[in-house]
Amino acid sequence: MYKKWMAGLGAGLIVAASVQAGPTLEAVKKKGFVQCGVSTGLPGFSAADDTGKFTGIDVDMCRAVAAAIFGDADKVKYTPLTAKERFTALQSGEIDMLPRNTTWTYTRDTSLGLNFTGVNYYDGQGFLVTRNLGVKSALEMDGASFCIQAGTTTELNLADYFRSNKMQYTPITFDTSDQTIKAFEAGRCDALTSDQSQLYALRIKLQDPSSAMVLPEVISKEPLGPVVRQGDDEWFNIVKWSLYAMINAEELGVTSANVDTMKGSTTDPNVRRLLGLEGVKGEWMGLPDNWGYSIIKMVGNYGEAFERNVGMGSPLGISRGLNALWSKGGIQYAPPVR
Amino acid sequence: MTSDESETVSTTKVPLWRQPVFRAVLFQVLLVLGILAFGGFLLDNTLRNMEQRGITTGFGFLSNEAGFGILQSLIAYDETYTYGRTFLVGLLNTLLVAGLGIVFATLLGFFIGVARLSHNWLVARLATIYIEAFRNIPLLLQIMFWYFAVLRPLPGPRQSLGMGDSVFLNNRGLFLPKPVADDGFGVVLVALMIALVAVFLMVRWARRRQEETGRQFPVVSLGLLVVVGLPLLVFWLSGKPMHWEYPELKGFNFRGGLEVIPELAALVLALSIYTGAFIAEAVRSGIQAVSHGQTEAAFALGLRPRVTLKLVIIPQAMRVIIPQLTSQYLNLTKNSSLATAIGYPDLVNVFAGTTLNQTGQAVEVIAMTMGVYLLISLVISMFMNWYNKRKLLVER
Repeated sequence: MYKKWMAGLGAGLIVAASVQAGPTLEAVKKKGFVQCGVSTGLPGFSAADDTGKFTGIDVDMCRAVAAAIFGDADKVKYTPLTAKERFTALQSGEIDMLPRNTTWTYTRDTSLGLNFTGVNYYDGQGFLVTRNLGVKSALEMDGASFCIQAGTTTELNLADYFRSNKMQYTPITFDTSDQTIKAFEAGRCDALTSDQSQLYALRIKLQDPSSAMVLPEVISKEPLGPVVRQGDDEWFNIVKWSLYAMINAEELGVTSANVDTMKGSTTDPNVRRLLGLEGVKGEWMGLPDNWGYSIIKMVGNYGEAFERNVGMGSPLGISRGLNALWSKGGIQYAPPVR
Repeated sequence: MTSDESETVSTTKVPLWRQPVFRAVLFQVLLVLGILAFGGFLLDNTLRNMEQRGITTGFGFLSNEAGFGILQSLIAYDETYTYGRTFLVGLLNTLLVAGLGIVFATLLGFFIGVARLSHNWLVARLATIYIEAFRNIPLLLQIMFWYFAVLRPLPGPRQSLGMGDSVFLNNRGLFLPKPVADDGFGVVLVALMIALVAVFLMVRWARRRQEETGRQFPVVSLGLLVVVGLPLLVFWLSGKPMHWEYPELKGFNFRGGLEVIPELAALVLALSIYTGAFIAEAVRSGIQAVSHGQTEAAFALGLRPRVTLKLVIIPQAMRVIIPQLTSQYLNLTKNSSLATAIGYPDLVNVFAGTTLNQTGQAVEVIAMTMGVYLLISLVISMFMNWYNKRKLLVER
């Protein structure tokens, strides 16, 4: 009995000790894949198709990191998370990175033990209403009820917006975005409020998407980006520069289609550094020198990822807007690879 | 003499750690210390890890402004209140749903349980079908079924089903006129209190008289008359100090009046129908546990069937029913946390949901939530155990 108890205590110690895992990169290399926290199904950002394959602009962040580390973008495993679960999953080490349309805010960056690595989508909160409601602006919605996803900045922005405009509202909060759109379709609420990109994504889930429209107001800033645990700078750098490599690639005109020819022929030192041919070393982040090449070859540049998942070529049909490169009227801007 | 000898021998020759009593105590003390040390280690490990990772700890967040709205609140609440207040709001919503669920589940359970034993073939079969159907479908599915069954067919606010100009039903909920007390309504409440006290005294007096003389007194009918009649009389005499607030269609929905949100309706419906099926079985088992000889003996003494049921069968059946009933009440209360699936703002949805996510303090929030469920369950358990003790067969 006593021995058994000691053994139990010993097992407890080991479990407790293994919570303090070493640097993330080492653990990822050992297990052979990146464990990536994504949404429970948001077309364009992260959603599984009928064969179980995940696609989306957030999924491409996971794939880029896997490509940089392993030279193989498919070495990713996905954990679908609700908005409520996401931070705990990251804090506890269940996932390695969290690109899950998560808004970068002061509280989240400073008090949760997390770091935001950049912005892969600049968004803003809007409203989705049915056309026959006859509302043209959010300011006409005094007293209306809203379907929201729980645990999001959306909940707070909505409260702020109605408070500052001295209007009343009724919030109805659900765990997943799927539930919000179902309740909206069932008529439980007058409007669905979320980030605008999500509104377009959710609208195509309606039986008759043309029966609903997105109001023109944008009531908040929602910079969405991948999140990692605080305290592992090497891993922070890898995720951060995977995104920057994609943005730089678009700026330099390197795409997944032309990267091989450019690798052989280019004399542009910027491109050569990005592809790991000269100047900078991958080992500064614990990666092979061709990490940038792998990302572009397997995932593509930022523009390609945008067009493929949420852009005009996709069912969502969102224009680049703020997410265009800084040189083309947007605000996507990455520090140079040098 | 021999036993004394053996004791002295054992204390002098057997070393301390081989004495059974000493060893028993020693190991128990060691075990308790070990468990405490392990708990302390876990706590320390958690706190140290969280600090190392820059995660804020402590309960200071409870006094920060919440900044989000809640669908239904029994106490004053808006975005400017604190996270601590969201805890209270969620807790009260949980208690509301659990309380309503327990009342309806009990009524339904007793009714169906008795119906299942009915001599009427159809009634008994219908009760059986009810029990077997609802007991064997997962509760979460039932909640969703009722939520979408309640919501989908109902019209929007502008095409509400109305009964007169005061009761409205639409997919946003049920809207009823709300009684609002005017000045002077306190007199009616005082009258109600007086009536209750009077009835209490009357019941005691009637019981004593029956024990002494055997004569019965119409306690129920007279009691009802006093409890209902006296406050009504005072209400009428004091000039009806109350008015009704009617719901009115304003903008997007009805305002004013009493609002029953569909989430609450669906949850109470699902919980009471589900738990009712289990209670029905408990009731059946209780009644069947009373041997038929009891009924025959009562009839032989000349008791009428109703009196037999009231004085012989039910008191004995209750002894079997109550412990099972306690478990069902506890289950219902804990099952109410499934509310989060349909967006009813209970403790799990509001506090362990939004508040947890906005503050990120998972350990504190989950600990508080678990503590509260434990406390509620223990209180129900204590009450039911007390009630059980009262109903135990007293041997005289």
